Amino acid sequence: MASSTINEHMKQHTISMTVENHFGTLNRIAGLFAAKGYNIDSLTVGPTEDDAVSRMTIVTRGDDQIIEQILKQLHKLIDTIKVVDLTDDTFVDRELALVKVQCTPITRMEIMQISEIFRTKVVDVSPKTLTIEATGSQLKVDAIINMLKPFGIKELARTGRIAIKREFQGEV
Amino acid sequence: MRFRKETAGMRKVLRKSYNQQRQQLEITGYEIFVRCLAAEGVNVIFGYPGASIVGIHDVLYDIKTAKVKGMETEEDGMTSNKRRNNVMTPTKAYDNHQGKTMTGAEIFVRSLVEEGVDTLFGYPGGVVIGIYDVLHDLTHIKHILTRHEQGATHAAEGYSKATGRPGVVLVTSGPGATNAVTGIADAYMDSIPLVVFTGQVVTNLIGNDAFQEVDIVGITRPITKHNYLVKDINELANTIKAAFYIATTGRPGPVLVDLPKDVLAAKAVFEYPKTISLRSYNPVVEGNSKQIKKAAELLNEAKRPLLYVGGGVISSNASAEVRALADKLHAPVTTTLHGLGAYPEQSKLALGMLGMHGTWYSNMAVDQCDVLVAIGARFDDRVTGKVEAFAKNAKKIHIDIDPSAIGKNVPADVPIVGDVKRVVKQLLELVKPLDTKEWLKTIDGWKAEHPLRYKQDGSLRAQHVIHKLGEITDGDAIVVSDVGQSQMWTAQFFKWKHPRTQITSGGLGTMGFSLPAAMGAAFGRKDLPIICISGDGGFQMNIQEMATIKHNKLPLKIFIMNNGFLGMVRQWQELFWKKRYSNTRITSPDFVKLAESYGIRGMRVTSPAEVESTIKIALKYNEGPILVEFVVAPEENVYPMIPAGQTVNEIMDSPEPLEQNHATHKTMIHAKG
Repeated sequence: MASSTINEHMKQHTISMTVENHFGTLNRIAGLFAAKGYNIDSLTVGPTEDDAVSRMTIVTRGDDQIIEQILKQLHKLIDTIKVVDLTDDTFVDRELALVKVQCTPITRMEIMQISEIFRTKVVDVSPKTLTIEATGSQLKVDAIINMLKPFGIKELARTGRIAIKREFQGEV
Repeated sequence: MRFRKETAGMRKVLRKSYNQQRQQLEITGYEIFVRCLAAEGVNVIFGYPGASIVGIHDVLYDIKTAKVKGMETEEDGMTSNKRRNNVMTPTKAYDNHQGKTMTGAEIFVRSLVEEGVDTLFGYPGGVVIGIYDVLHDLTHIKHILTRHEQGATHAAEGYSKATGRPGVVLVTSGPGATNAVTGIADAYMDSIPLVVFTGQVVTNLIGNDAFQEVDIVGITRPITKHNYLVKDINELANTIKAAFYIATTGRPGPVLVDLPKDVLAAKAVFEYPKTISLRSYNPVVEGNSKQIKKAAELLNEAKRPLLYVGGGVISSNASAEVRALADKLHAPVTTTLHGLGAYPEQSKLALGMLGMHGTWYSNMAVDQCDVLVAIGARFDDRVTGKVEAFAKNAKKIHIDIDPSAIGKNVPADVPIVGDVKRVVKQLLELVKPLDTKEWLKTIDGWKAEHPLRYKQDGSLRAQHVIHKLGEITDGDAIVVSDVGQSQMWTAQFFKWKHPRTQITSGGLGTMGFSLPAAMGAAFGRKDLPIICISGDGGFQMNIQEMATIKHNKLPLKIFIMNNGFLGMVRQWQELFWKKRYSNTRITSPDFVKLAESYGIRGMRVTSPAEVESTIKIALKYNEGPILVEFVVAPEENVYPMIPAGQTVNEIMDSPEPLEQNHATHKTMIHAKG
């Protein structure tokens, strides 16, 4: 019943999970999504404060029934320590992009101004290119990439989303 | 389906060979598939039909460019006469070797002893030779040498199903491991606790395409509950402990442990942990008491309750609790294929199996009930048919130890995650006896109008054989069935009485399961006669285990229902593919002579008159295995039948008129009250 057709109406969910840092764990999780036909928008994995534990942030989409199955199936994996769907919680999320833009002596300043407005950094300069490091929400990263497109993007490297739950939610 | 709508991969192939025709053709995917093969120059296909590809075989019936060879077995026997089949004769006494330094092979064997393993099914090979050397001396484990690794895994499944203990398998790397894959997948689908040990090439050769190397951990990742590659000898004992713990707790399932040759040869101090806890694995066993209370409230208001009992009841040893619940509620009970035996069919409340080939009245009861209690069952598509229409009038209570099984196919009104035995026990205290007289009367009416029945025209029919077997044994037997028509008739017509007496391949539907599984059951259980019921097709899929059975003098009763067809696929062809019997007619050896060549007694039955006396002879025969071939009517169908994906409204009952038939055991039971 869990159909996996990519549907525009399906809500995007950000799932944060901690897993045992074992051989093959990433493969198990990627394999689960492939075998069950679930959609992955992005998947990031990295170390945590504990060497033996990795954190994965998975951005996926589906209706409530599919998301419930995804959470249950992820939890069912023996190496999974904790799975949280952050979507309905308040959380901080970031993406990182490195954008190599073509420039001429004339456009260079303009690009640097755009970069400044977005509070991104220029991390590399050459006679014909500028490389910009952008971090922020997916929307912000999308926005700067769109702004830079007219100049000609030579190369683009972009991470998936990482996210963490906000702790302080009391009244000020 | 339009040609153009096919998948990208298919289209790519098609574009090459059918560029011009593409625009006009409007043909089925089955035909596209066959035409692609023809275009690729394929002229021989080795295969075996099945329900999901019956359409392809239908196309092959016509297309002459591709000759189809219907091979009788797709497994390569790999048996070698050079290897002596020996159940190891123990010579050395076992003492506690904890704290001593020893090889990995020795640690492995001693770990199994610590786990209480008494039977190990396996096949030796290059990288596990060290383990076999240890087994040669060690007293406590009986190693059963099967004739094929698939036989070993199915035997371990049969052993586990019959005894409730985990089945343990040891095979070598490469082909040894891949041959075990079908049994592992089967155990995964049917939640059977297996621990499968595979040999692996030395660690520094892993990934080098070494001789007999295969990435078995990668291959079995989606069909095991969990799997391990042991890279460090100091991890060996802990990993074995974890493997047994994971396989047998929560929702049981197979766990694979891959053992490189150098790890087995290395030395370490043997320390087997007494207990283990994994922070990432803590199955929930206690049901939520609020949910249980909700379920009880729902049940106490029910007018037409129905218990839908699955294999989880048997694996959690909860038959007694379920029986008590049914009796207290006066609620009728229908069981899945794997639930058979969880509730005695001698009871007036029993409805037999539900689903595609379930009884007419159980499917009606599902449709009409107002509260459905699913206990250790997973709403499989062979049970539900069209999910939207399944039990559409009922509130659903779903009790299962696996949270992901709940709400997967059918949404539950009251989900309860927990061990079935504990949950049902708690539920039992909260429910009140119900007045279900009207409901039971309605069901009794259905039972009288639509009993299980079959044609009795003087020719021999499998239903008759199984019906008689049920009568003669009175349900006091372990019956291991194969897959297909003989399996469904066994499920329908045998008189199920005890848990752990019904063994079959349900989820995966593995032909060739019955013979090795019955063999495994026979190693675990001596208290009841063990009967293997197979078709002529399925029997030939693991026929090589006849040698293992003979060698170990197992008192198996092997019944072959020979109809000269792959009967279930033939039935689909008859009903849905205009009787075009593409690749379902099969030939067999002379089974009696075959048995005799193995040194097994063989008998043949061709008329209904001989059935009773022959079954009695087989049951009394005590000098080892006996094989009986029943030459049954070639074109017989399993009824009732709800075609795949359809609803109870489309149920096809047996075309046999009611009055011409003798009542089957189930209606007779009913008549007796």
